[in-house]
Amino acid sequence: MSSDISIIIVEGDRERALRIVDALTEAGDYRITVLSDGAGLARRIAELRPDVVLIDVASPSRDVLEELTLASGAMERPVAMFVDRSDPGITRAAIEAGVSAYVVDGMRPERIRPILDAAIARFHLFSRMRTELATTKAALEERKVIDRAKGFVMRAKGLDEVAAYQLIRKAAMDQGKRVVDVAQALVTAAELLK
Amino acid sequence: MTSTLQVGYIPLVDAAPLIIAQVLGFAEEEGLDLQLKRAASWSMLRDMLDFGQVVAAQMLSVVPVARALGLGGGSVPLEAPMVMALNGETLGLSKAVAALVDAPFGDAMAAGRALVALDRPLRFGVPFPFSMQAELLQYWLERAAHGVQVSIHTVPPPLMAQALLADEIDGFCVGEPWGSQAVGVAGAKLLLPGSSIWSQAPEKVLATRSGWCEAEPDLAGRLMRSVWRAGRWLSDPANRLTASEVLAAPHHLGVAAEVIDPALTGRMILGPDGDEAMAAQFMTLHDGAANFPWRSQAAWIGARLAGRFGLDPDAAQIKARAVFRSDLYRQHLAGTGAAMPRASDKAEGILAQAEQVTTTEGSLILLRNRFFDGAVFDPNPAPR
Repeated sequence: MSSDISIIIVEGDRERALRIVDALTEAGDYRITVLSDGAGLARRIAELRPDVVLIDVASPSRDVLEELTLASGAMERPVAMFVDRSDPGITRAAIEAGVSAYVVDGMRPERIRPILDAAIARFHLFSRMRTELATTKAALEERKVIDRAKGFVMRAKGLDEVAAYQLIRKAAMDQGKRVVDVAQALVTAAELLK
Repeated sequence: MTSTLQVGYIPLVDAAPLIIAQVLGFAEEEGLDLQLKRAASWSMLRDMLDFGQVVAAQMLSVVPVARALGLGGGSVPLEAPMVMALNGETLGLSKAVAALVDAPFGDAMAAGRALVALDRPLRFGVPFPFSMQAELLQYWLERAAHGVQVSIHTVPPPLMAQALLADEIDGFCVGEPWGSQAVGVAGAKLLLPGSSIWSQAPEKVLATRSGWCEAEPDLAGRLMRSVWRAGRWLSDPANRLTASEVLAAPHHLGVAAEVIDPALTGRMILGPDGDEAMAAQFMTLHDGAANFPWRSQAAWIGARLAGRFGLDPDAAQIKARAVFRSDLYRQHLAGTGAAMPRASDKAEGILAQAEQVTTTEGSLILLRNRFFDGAVFDPNPAPR
């Protein structure tokens, strides 16, 4: 793979940016620069004049790139924007993955394809990891609430831990609610009664 | 049977008709379940529309016209079967520059003179290269602040305050709540409401891919009627409190309700010192047939773009006019009580005060329609 393609990744999240850099390095030999969102982005991209800009679909800074496509000179303007418009399949995949690419005018689709494939794969991986993390965090929060509710029932009714949990679980089943919701109601009530 | 429609919007106060249509049940009355998809940028929303992730979207009025003229990204033709909002922009200055400018709020001529007196280059932020904000700002600068050296930059609205604080820009023209936000966060000062430059500027439209309304006439009609009824509900002052609470929700605009109130009432907080002023016709969502997509509005946008990008003005106006589909509006809002003007064109800028006009079935009060410099845009110029 030739090394004459320069890529800018616009990504404020350091870990995510590093993962995309890793993926691109595996896919080919590119000159890669990472920039974060925010003030001065347009100026820095204009100075670096990359061949490809990779950016999160949901980044508010995408509109800044829109301006660059108008502002730069006719020969060098990065107009192709959203991947290659003639290939709606890959464009749709890119949107769904969460990556969009702004490409210099005249760059051939087959050269951008591996860059985009690598970026899309990493965006997918990252969003899956983020979902997993969020789920784990929520589970831990739920456990904390249930523990506090158990403690309250144990003190109020003089029960041991297992019996307290069984009582909460039974209440949840009787009311057709989740254990954590009953526990939350108990904790809220306990705070009020303090 | 309820039909589900994917509809896109940007978290701005003028997304209200879409959000209210869903939340307050105007969509449900038409048998629609609107799946509201929030986008973080105009490019993203445009792509979602282009590639069919949404069938309709709140859109900057200039975008579909620019598209018809071959400007900007994207290749799928777009059109506007109705206008969602007139005006609602604020134009303001950074704390440092505002300290040097003395002009009463809302006086576009005086504000222009004050900028000339500064005698220094100025940098302005606008949300998107193709936006009413960019058009109004440039129209005003050309005619009120002639000779001032100005550069215009795209700054995502949520980052406007940050750009002011980082001294990347000296001023801005942006939709609410981001102007009020810049006042609160960056100590900016509001100089003009967009309505003081043009009191009836089409700011946002409901946009679809061209041909969608014809392919799905039933769904299009139901969507348009629910958005129109939501706009009517929003125009009732008694509903404003409810409206700001609904819009403020984290999954919609996600800002405090107090920051949304000014746009809905027109009572603006001008600067960090807390001075307030009423902005006339600050944002119009319903009154005066505000939702009617006048061909002449599109022609004005086409003429402005032609001027800026060196296109043939007559050809640009013809292409632009076809984008605002007053025919679809007439077709789908018939029977709702929406006022139907007799013509689909008007001379923009000609009404110095509100005026009652005859419609197809009765009458309608058109609101004051003025450019600050008194210019009149005749959508049907003599052939050259």
